[in-house]
Amino acid sequence: MFGPLVCKPGSSRNNKTGPWRTELRPKFLKKACIACNMCLVVCPESCITGQGKNNYDFDPDFCKGCGSCAAVCPKKDIEMVKEDSI
Amino acid sequence: MSKTLFNSGHTACAGCGQSMAARLVIDAAGPNTIIVNNTGCLEVFSTKYPETSWGVPFIHSLFENAAAVASGVESAIKYLGKADEINIIAQAGDGGTADIGLQALSGMLERGHNILYVCYDNEAYMNTGVQRSGLTPFDTNTTTSPVGSISSGNLRPKKPVPEIANAHGIPYVATASAGFPQDLQRKVKKAISIKGPKYIQVHVPCPLGWRHETNLTINVAKLAVETGLYPLIEYENCIISARRQITPKPVEEYLKVQGRFKHLLKKPEEIKKIQDIADNNIKKYGLKVEQQQISPSA
Repeated sequence: MFGPLVCKPGSSRNNKTGPWRTELRPKFLKKACIACNMCLVVCPESCITGQGKNNYDFDPDFCKGCGSCAAVCPKKDIEMVKEDSI
Repeated sequence: MSKTLFNSGHTACAGCGQSMAARLVIDAAGPNTIIVNNTGCLEVFSTKYPETSWGVPFIHSLFENAAAVASGVESAIKYLGKADEINIIAQAGDGGTADIGLQALSGMLERGHNILYVCYDNEAYMNTGVQRSGLTPFDTNTTTSPVGSISSGNLRPKKPVPEIANAHGIPYVATASAGFPQDLQRKVKKAISIKGPKYIQVHVPCPLGWRHETNLTINVAKLAVETGLYPLIEYENCIISARRQITPKPVEEYLKVQGRFKHLLKKPEEIKKIQDIADNNIKKYGLKVEQQQISPSA
């Protein structure tokens, strides 16, 4: 085989999956957030970060726009908006 | 920022329930973990050479032998005298557990290795294009159990793998769901605190194969539990020690959001059969919440 066969931990971060978004992207309104952490827990891309109220945000480099965070938010503080509206 | 051991940049579909659950499992298990993963969606999307999403050692095996390779890893760790420090998790999809990997799994359980086996149950062979597996539920439309004028999908009910694992007399067996993340993490933490073979089966929706909207992943997983079609139970030393009690919803609520069950909506007699499966589960495991009682979590 060629080269080392062991991959560096977490090296998939080199692979930006943001361009996979086709239509919608989340918008964190940061108004009614109660820091329940659910958006961070359910994000399949692990691309939401934050701590404390109104402080959560997503990483557009990796978000695939599935909308799970907006669906799970108990305060409806995340909404899915058209990609070109920002 | 909370650090995760399952990093961004993997190539799962948008809204993948399996990538959600995989991160919850590894974050609950912690960094002193070795993952053994057989072929399947999870291996394909998370370890696209030369990149890996995992922050822990990860070994890929053939389709049938995640449990066998994990057994070898566990024996080696024991020989090195590090058995108390390192957790070993064997992971597989539902095909790699219930069909192809069943004999390796059974061997691992019978030999009593100190391994947590996690089965991500997305109810078909999603990686190769939605073929039916032993864990595909009754009347599901898949590419190898297509719907037509005579057939209304998969003919056979789901294989009771948690019961099969439990019949080996192992200390801990549980079912969990991506719809209940805290419950899933609690079960993983509990499992790795117990010595001996453990089995957890996680219900993970697949927007591609189940044909639902990508933002419904969590809701679909919750509905499967709330209708009684996917009971959340825990066995400790072969006895049911906890169950998630529910106020049962009609199965139509679960079926109507998924394209794989769309053909059933015009066939009330088939829905009746699925309702019977749910009612059986509710009766068998005592899932129905009793009157005047606050629902305890499973």
